[in-house]
Amino acid sequence: MATKNIMIVGVGGQGSLLASKLLGHLLMEQGYDVKVSEVHGMSQRGGSVVTYVRYGDRVNSPVIDKGEADYIVSFELLEAARWLNYLRPNGQIVTSTQQIDPMPVITGAAQYPENLVEKMRAKGIKVDALDCLALAEEAGSSKAVNIVLMGRLSHYFDLPEEAWQKSIEACVPTKFLELNKKAFELGKNA
Amino acid sequence: MKQLMLGNAAVARGLYEAGCAVVSSYPGTPSTEITEEAAKYDEIYCEWAPNEKVAMEVAFGAALAGKRSFCGMKHVGLNVAADPLFTVSYTGINAGMVIAVADDPGMHSSQNEQDSRHYAIGAKIPMLEPADSKEALEFTKRAYEISEEFDTPVLLKMCTRVAHSQSIVNTGERAGTPQKPYEKNIAKYVMMPGNAKRRHPFVEDRTRRLTEYAEHCDLNRMELGGTEMGVITSSTCYQYVKEVFGDTVSVLKLGMVHPLPVKLILDFASHVDHLIVVEELDPIIEHHCRQLGLKVSGKNILPMEDEFSQNLVAEKLGGTVHRGVSLEDAIPPRPPVMCAGCPHRGLFYTLNKNKCTVMGDIGCYTLGAVAPLSAIDMTLCMGASISGIHGFNKALGQESEGKTVAVIGDSTFMHSGMTGLANIAYNQSNSTVIILDNSITGMTGHQHNPTTGYNIKGDPAGKIDLEQLCRAMGFQRVRVVDPYNLKECDEAVKEELADPEPSVIISRRPCALLKYVKHNPPLVVNEEKCVGCKSCMKIGCPAISIRDGKAHVDSTLCVGCGVCEQLCPVGAFESTGKEG
Repeated sequence: MATKNIMIVGVGGQGSLLASKLLGHLLMEQGYDVKVSEVHGMSQRGGSVVTYVRYGDRVNSPVIDKGEADYIVSFELLEAARWLNYLRPNGQIVTSTQQIDPMPVITGAAQYPENLVEKMRAKGIKVDALDCLALAEEAGSSKAVNIVLMGRLSHYFDLPEEAWQKSIEACVPTKFLELNKKAFELGKNA
Repeated sequence: MKQLMLGNAAVARGLYEAGCAVVSSYPGTPSTEITEEAAKYDEIYCEWAPNEKVAMEVAFGAALAGKRSFCGMKHVGLNVAADPLFTVSYTGINAGMVIAVADDPGMHSSQNEQDSRHYAIGAKIPMLEPADSKEALEFTKRAYEISEEFDTPVLLKMCTRVAHSQSIVNTGERAGTPQKPYEKNIAKYVMMPGNAKRRHPFVEDRTRRLTEYAEHCDLNRMELGGTEMGVITSSTCYQYVKEVFGDTVSVLKLGMVHPLPVKLILDFASHVDHLIVVEELDPIIEHHCRQLGLKVSGKNILPMEDEFSQNLVAEKLGGTVHRGVSLEDAIPPRPPVMCAGCPHRGLFYTLNKNKCTVMGDIGCYTLGAVAPLSAIDMTLCMGASISGIHGFNKALGQESEGKTVAVIGDSTFMHSGMTGLANIAYNQSNSTVIILDNSITGMTGHQHNPTTGYNIKGDPAGKIDLEQLCRAMGFQRVRVVDPYNLKECDEAVKEELADPEPSVIISRRPCALLKYVKHNPPLVVNEEKCVGCKSCMKIGCPAISIRDGKAHVDSTLCVGCGVCEQLCPVGAFESTGKEG
């Protein structure tokens, strides 16, 4: 199988590392070669962060380049727009509609662009947008946005439900397991 | 067992399997997780040293004693440890010693983009360079074999994309904890001139023997495919070349990047029409090829700067470049920022307000240079704030003494600030040094250091008292302030700058992200009181924004530090009284 590419983008501190851990576990269990590339350090401090997940028969590069992502999973709307040119033709965006102002917007030096979902769709981009923060809170914690997004992403994968459940169990602390399973269901069925 | 593992964790696994007994490191992105992961194996003694030079000397001591040892650092850390590096090359080792150095092409979290391979060449020490986690584990184990066979420390070169990528590894068992007997050997281990003179020819001969090893070892491998183009490469660059060209080109994949083979490269060149070297940063393999008289392309088509990627390799070498679409809108950048509740914020606000000239240092607080705080004038390397302010004040005298401060974190102070402080005490400049004591090494992800009172495993350890240390060095004026209290900060800065004696201000409050730190309830803006003056916007808090002309607090980010509250002229910030 040719290598498939999933990008997870968001704002430092939003929990993208758990999402990539879950995907890495899931895809390795399916027998694929997998590479997951993360960024630690300075850029984590509230900056724009990106994680690359690649899988297939043999994965070489640990990173995803422009025009290559099959899926962009985004925790924040502006970040989906920022990394849009990494999406391959006919790729799919799955994004939370949450908006977090970056510092240049906070200080008034820049504007947060409006109607980003509509503008992306007008370009012919497939965008699946939902309020993951509200769903995470409904599940019991605003921190569960990552699992809500994974639930939503599971729509696009031809994998059995129990494979996802097994990976959630492997990656999430037991005391938060029920909460995260609920978050996954809410994302999936939204 | 098959596992998906971070490159750095794979190095740690390699240490475990190789029977490494002693690990000493200083944290630095992207190397930190090697030592954090190694500390999870009870069989390995692990510690955070105050700096990389200390770490390397600890590792040397352990190898001398006969146990396999390790130290890990980032590229600029190897500058600090360069002193022992160049001479441990001469002494060689007793049991195996491996030094990991992690480069950061693209500078994800670094102040420069130096290429560590120069150290392998300069210090005449072999260097291995893995291209993924599987190799990271295997090469670490192999490094110990080479170390003991050739009586040399071995450098293991990582880079951000190998260190911070997970890929599949096969784990094995630990080979016990080998112990070689310690025997006194003055001629080998006491590097005074007469002895060192006799060791230098050994080093030169060792390099010749290692070159012969490089010709035949399986760390370097030829993958013959299409013969029109032959690529010599290593590390992630190998992955990019394979990604773009697969088997349509021939590849010489180097796992040992110093010393470089001669016959193997000439042999590879004879199989292909055009030879290209694909290497990030400096043209080291390329220059080697030119010295062999080969016609080769390299930096004439590929950049010296930044990390590479598959699209870049495709563009420069004639492969298929992928492209995507963008929106017409300008997407505002999202640079890293100081966290909400960061204790550095109040202090930098004070320095900005007092129009101070600020000598900065390495850590999260480098973000004090970013608007709207814009408080830092200089950042160079670990410890340079304190040495730098002394030089600045000696050059300008009273003109600068009354308005210039140095800022340095607790861990950075322990790393290389103390010697600069000794210089101020000794050579007497009226300098004001501010230690930003957030009780942790923050930037690299919360590692303990000699001021925190805990060791790498979180167990109680020795604790250095900063106030007593500064007083013992001869500073009469040492005071502690709470950076959440703007009035207290302002008074301290004004008074210490005005006073004709050198002084140390310790700005003390733990990092807001530490798990044990209890936060106040988030604040909320009373919109009837808020007059939209934007006084609260001067501190660059990511939790505060202006909506419809009024201040607004993001309750998911606010930790109730109250710094904004002290700036508000109308008392519009109110406590919600509930935990955030």
